[in-house]
Amino acid sequence: MNSLTEEISVDSETDALAAVKSDFQEYLDILDTAPSWWKDIKKSAFEDYCALPDPSRKDETWRFANLKAWRGTNPEFSAMPSISNAQSLIERSDLIKTYSGQIVIADNQTIQAESISPELSAKGVVFTTLKKALSTHGALIKDYFMKQEVDLGSAKAAKLHTAFLENGVILFVPKGVEVEDPFIVYNWATSATVPSLPHTLVIAEDLAKVSLIEAQLSADESTPSYSCGVGHIFAGASSKVQLTVLQNFNEQSVGTQISSNITGKDALVKTLSVNVGCKQYRSETHGKIVGSGAHVEMLSLAVTDNDQEIDQRTLQTHDAPHATSDLLFKNALRDKSKTIFSGLIKVAEHAQQTDAYQTNRNLLLSSDAEANSLPGLEIEANDVKCSHGATTSQIEPEEIFYMLARGIDRDAANELIVNGFFEEVLERIDVEELAENVRQLIRSKFKK
Amino acid sequence: MATPTPEIEVDRESGNFKYEESHKYDAGYGLTEKTIDYISDVKKEDDWIREFRKRALKVFEDKPMPTNWATKDLENIVFENIRYYLADGQRAKKSWDDVPDDVKETFERLGIPENERKFLAGVEAQFDSEAAYSNMKDSVMKQGVIFMGSTEALMKHPEIFRKWFGKVIPTGDNKFSALNSAAFSGGSFIYVPKGVKVSHPLQAYFRINAENFGQFERTLIIADEGSEVTYMEGCTAPKFDTATLHSAVVELVAMPGAKIEYVTVQNWSSNVFNLVTKRAIAHEDAVVKWVDCNIGSRLTMKYPGVILKGKRARGEVLSIALANDGQHQDTGAKMIHAADETTSNIISKSISVGEGRSTYRGQVHMPKHLKGCKNNTECDALLINTNSRTDTYPAITVRGNDNSVQHEASVSKVSAEQIFYMQQRGMSEGEAMSLSVNGFVNDLTRHFPMEYSVELKRLIELEMEGSVG
Repeated sequence: MNSLTEEISVDSETDALAAVKSDFQEYLDILDTAPSWWKDIKKSAFEDYCALPDPSRKDETWRFANLKAWRGTNPEFSAMPSISNAQSLIERSDLIKTYSGQIVIADNQTIQAESISPELSAKGVVFTTLKKALSTHGALIKDYFMKQEVDLGSAKAAKLHTAFLENGVILFVPKGVEVEDPFIVYNWATSATVPSLPHTLVIAEDLAKVSLIEAQLSADESTPSYSCGVGHIFAGASSKVQLTVLQNFNEQSVGTQISSNITGKDALVKTLSVNVGCKQYRSETHGKIVGSGAHVEMLSLAVTDNDQEIDQRTLQTHDAPHATSDLLFKNALRDKSKTIFSGLIKVAEHAQQTDAYQTNRNLLLSSDAEANSLPGLEIEANDVKCSHGATTSQIEPEEIFYMLARGIDRDAANELIVNGFFEEVLERIDVEELAENVRQLIRSKFKK
Repeated sequence: MATPTPEIEVDRESGNFKYEESHKYDAGYGLTEKTIDYISDVKKEDDWIREFRKRALKVFEDKPMPTNWATKDLENIVFENIRYYLADGQRAKKSWDDVPDDVKETFERLGIPENERKFLAGVEAQFDSEAAYSNMKDSVMKQGVIFMGSTEALMKHPEIFRKWFGKVIPTGDNKFSALNSAAFSGGSFIYVPKGVKVSHPLQAYFRINAENFGQFERTLIIADEGSEVTYMEGCTAPKFDTATLHSAVVELVAMPGAKIEYVTVQNWSSNVFNLVTKRAIAHEDAVVKWVDCNIGSRLTMKYPGVILKGKRARGEVLSIALANDGQHQDTGAKMIHAADETTSNIISKSISVGEGRSTYRGQVHMPKHLKGCKNNTECDALLINTNSRTDTYPAITVRGNDNSVQHEASVSKVSAEQIFYMQQRGMSEGEAMSLSVNGFVNDLTRHFPMEYSVELKRLIELEMEGSVG
């Protein structure tokens, strides 16, 4: 440590951290009403955050990614802004009309939390904000909060998320309870000074059935925001869980979403992400099968334009035999946008009779778009059927010609083909109202 | 499980024998500037080659091991315990009669002279660091084809070889290309003049005889406009308890309209680290085809690549890997599209037996200004035993809306129904397995030159012995 250069580099690093350290200290002081175990979780997460390195170009989990937006940017954490337009945000929270419960959060503050029906409450279903759950359901949080590994590259971001986490939702469905209508949570980003930290925790006990929709949205088109979300699903034996994350932050924003599920015996988990927003967005999705006979579906669709970058990292872990997993990620790219798909299927030695699929399809709609695809397999069991396919191509001139010949103009023809391209994913959405909303969203992206 | 017949047993071990070492020149253990001076002095090299080596040594020392993405097994290579140059100081002989008896016997046992008579246009046989035998049919020589060792070619024909030497694969490409650039010796330099179509394959045979040795052959093939050439290489070594290192650099240049086919059957013993960099440049309308079979070695890391530099150039990689107990075949392909309407095709088949591990790593790159580029990649993996392992890590980058790629990979095991079906018809389980595995690679082997496809089939049969159950 004698050389001058080394000293300088150490100093500059402490400087960069100093600001966020004092932010955290202030934040802890405000938190004085929270239980002490909650503060301890945060303190230890913050220590880990400071100790972990920034992602580097050498990390395989960050290959092809533009690291500028993530590296060395310790976001500011100012005081909570007041939400002036709460009423209009609640009104705009209208993706679906029929739901079992709705929570609206803006800049990490609850602006609407309707109580669930007495019947559901009687059955023991819990759907509440994290802030409230700290006092009412402390045991649940202690058992399940951040209890899944972050292993796709954003470990540091996840620690930041935990350290500053204010709010979120918890959905708990007890053994044998089936809830038909979906629950829905809206996370609005309104301010440029407070990072949006959506947190979603779904716990489905054995034989339970539940579906949750999470919308991540910006209040306006111009305020840049930073968001870092975490979504965890614990699916007990024979349970059925669906989680849809619809991300449409404005194109000034930067966001990360870290999602994972742990799926038990004979359980069925289906996750869907719809990504249309953000200037730069990274999603990490880990489907982990720990019980035999489980089935995990991981679906995603993304439409990118301008200079958007959407970075998708996925992992399908088969840690139990006789299970199936099916991943389908479809991206349509316009303008100078860029997507990265990096997926891995990992089959453990004892996970025999695994059936695992991974498909990535990229549709390039402009000559400046860039699609990267890294579909991977790591197989240690021999009696398996695993395959992956990745294709990147453009709309075939023959297809356009066919429609032109039938009097459909070129733009409409392109749109029809893109709509058809996504239909493969859309038709796997069970809530028709939601599927229609997603269709509208894709269309509006093309109208811009 | 049926025991292998005695006849097969002999064949299986055909590469596993060695003769006493009697080297006149030995650069000793470890690689330093002194070692390089020693090699350069022995080879009486020009100063620029010596400088080239020394620069490469620095690059080698500075570069970290690529263990951030590659296997940790690389850390088991102790560079200080390896001998970098061993030779008897003799020039390569034109006739087998002049080759020293034990060396000749080595190659006789491997069937090289016999093959030469039967179907080869020229042969170079390398024994440790230098070629022991090098000969080309008169008819081919008359066509102006040059076929000689690397240092000799650099001194005799600098106007042809220096221009491309180290250009396709720069010294700093990776740690092992730098190592090769520092210590290279042997290998073939081939020039095929304009329009010449070499009717029979040229062959190189690489043999490691000494223990704790590193072989660093360097091959550069230049096929001038409209010419065609097929080059085949084979490799074997006796099995030692210590690690042996083989780190080659192979550069191919296909001028406009030229065709190069490069066939490798790698059957190193299971103590050899085989870390090879192979790349080709294909100019307009040129075709480069890598046929790569990896059966031996402890760890192979090899990703033959083609830079498709000219319009309508085509690159192909056909790869077969067989990983048995204690082996890791980390192979793949790279296709860098750099001109319009270029096409590439990668077909990789791997078989993991016992605790063997096979890995496919690929890269396909299409930048945005290009039009009409196409790539097709297929990787199939077959897992035989419950503890076999396979990985696939492709990386595909496509920019622009006028290019297309498709990639598919599948992993499966030999179906129990197939085996049952064959056993019903009186085959043993081993035979059935062998037939099934051969069927798996069959659509690839039929693209191989005849002699190799037969040889490969037999090797697979042998390797499969004792693997069932």
